[in-house]
Amino acid sequence: MQSLSNRKKVLEQKPMNFWERMYLPAIARGLSITIKYFFQPKATYKYPEVQRPYSKNFRGQHSLKRDEEGRERCTACGLCALSCPAEAITMISAERQKGEEHLYREEKYAAVYEINMLRCIFCGLCEEACPKEAIFLDGSHVPPEQLRKDFIYGKDKLVEPRFDYKKEQETIA
Amino acid sequence: MESALLLEKTILVVAVFAITLFIAMYSTLVERKVAGFMQARFGPDRAGPFGLLQPLADGGKFFFKEEIIPAGAHKALFIAGPTIAMFTACISSAVIPWGQELTIGDRVITLQVADINVGVLYIFGVVALGVYGIMIGGWASNNKYALMGAVRAASQSISYEIGMGLSLIALLMVTGTLSLKEIVAQQEGFVNWNIWVQPLGFLIFIVCAFAECNRVPFDLAECETELIGGYNVEYSSMKLAFYMFAEYINMFVSSSLMAALYFGGYNFPFMYDLGLSQNWITIIGVLVFFAKILAFIFFFMWIRWTVPRFRYDQLMRLGWKILIPLAVANIVLTGIVTIVKDTYF
Repeated sequence: MQSLSNRKKVLEQKPMNFWERMYLPAIARGLSITIKYFFQPKATYKYPEVQRPYSKNFRGQHSLKRDEEGRERCTACGLCALSCPAEAITMISAERQKGEEHLYREEKYAAVYEINMLRCIFCGLCEEACPKEAIFLDGSHVPPEQLRKDFIYGKDKLVEPRFDYKKEQETIA
Repeated sequence: MESALLLEKTILVVAVFAITLFIAMYSTLVERKVAGFMQARFGPDRAGPFGLLQPLADGGKFFFKEEIIPAGAHKALFIAGPTIAMFTACISSAVIPWGQELTIGDRVITLQVADINVGVLYIFGVVALGVYGIMIGGWASNNKYALMGAVRAASQSISYEIGMGLSLIALLMVTGTLSLKEIVAQQEGFVNWNIWVQPLGFLIFIVCAFAECNRVPFDLAECETELIGGYNVEYSSMKLAFYMFAEYINMFVSSSLMAALYFGGYNFPFMYDLGLSQNWITIIGVLVFFAKILAFIFFFMWIRWTVPRFRYDQLMRLGWKILIPLAVANIVLTGIVTIVKDTYF
C-alpha cells in the first residue's frame, strides 16, 4: 500500500552476522550507555527538602476571594455551577440584610457554597465563567481524607481568610 | 609456637570472615545505589548519610519479620537449605591469598588462611557444593515454582562449571600449579598478569562466574517474571536474608578469585621499584587487591543493570555449544603456543 505520510519505514530482518552474534560488542555498547547515565545528573527531587516548583498555569484547590475591603465577592449567580462539566459545584443564595454590607459586596450572596473535590476535575472553567472574579484555582493540592463526605468543601474551607486591607496597605507603604 | 600459629590463623579467619560479611552487607546497598544511579535516580539515601545505615535497617527488618515454614515443607531440609548456601559461600574464601607476608618482630605472618596445594580445586569443590543449598531449599519448599527454580539452578550450575573448569585448565597449563598462592606470586608487577596470556580464558571464566553466582543475565533460578522469585519463594525472614547474603558473598569470592587468577591479586605495577619495605608492600598490596575486588563487584552490578536475562534455551546453548568448545579451543591453543615457545625461544 502507498504510504501517505511518508514516515513508513520498511524494516529488513536479516540474519545476524558473526559480529552481531558475538553479543559482546552490543554488550559493550550497552555498558557505555549505562555508565553514561551513572554520571549524569539525576532527575529526582529529594522531596521533603527540595520541592518541585509548580508550573505557572497549575490549577489547585479553589479559593473564594474577598475584595479590597474584605467582603466576599461571590454573588451566587450560579455561572460556575452551570459551567462545571463535572457538576461539582452547588450553592444556595441568600439576600444581603441591612448591616451586612461589610460582609458581602453584592446584594445577593452564597449562603452555602460547596465543591465536591472528588467530582472536580480542576479544569478551571468555573474560574473562567465567574463574572465577579470571585473564584480562583490558586491553591495547592487537595489533601487526602478518610471519608468521602469530608471531600465536600464548604465555605469554611473555600473562602480565603479575612485580612485588613488598609493595614496591609500601610505596612507595604 | 603452635599456639602462636593458632592465634594468628584465628585472627586471620575472623578478620576475613568479618570483612567478607561487611562487604557482602554493603554490596546490597551499593547494588541499589548503582541501580539508582544508572536509572537517573539516587537510590536509598534516607537511612543515615547517603543511606549508609540502610543495610543495618534491612538486617533489623529481616530479623523481626515473621518466620514462616510452609505446612507441606520438609522442615529439616527447609532449614538446611539456606544454612548450606551460607556455609559454602563463607568457607570458599579460605584459600584466597589476601597479601604477601607481614613481619612483626621475628614472626612472619602469611596473609592467607590456608595455603593448600590444590587451592583452585578446593574452590571448585566448594562452589559446586553451593548449588546444594539452592537445590535442597527449592525442593523442601514443596512449591512448584521453587522446585522449578532449583532445577534450573542445578542444571545451569552443572553446565557452566564445565566451561569454567576448562577455561581454568588453560590457565593452569600456563601457571603449572594449583596453589593459589603460587599463581598469584607468579604474576609479579604488571606485565606478568595472567590476563595478558589468557584473555579468552578470562572471558569464558567471567561469563561462567556470572552464571555460577546466579547473577543477571543468568539469574534464571530466581527470575521474578517467570518463577515469582524462584527457589526462595517460600522463604521469609532471616532465611531469605541468608540466601541473598550467600549470593553477595559468592559475588565477593568470585570477584576475588578473578582478581587473584587473572589480574595479579595483590600485585601492583612497580611494586619493587618504589623502595618500600616488605611490610608496606604487603599492606599496599592488600589494599590494591581489595580495590580490584571492588572493581569486579561494581562490574557485576554494572552488567546487572545493562543486560537483560537470557532465555533458558539461550542459556543452555551459550553454555554447551559456545563456551565449552571455545574453552577446549583455548586449551589446544595454549598447548600449541607453549610448545612453540619452549622449542623455539
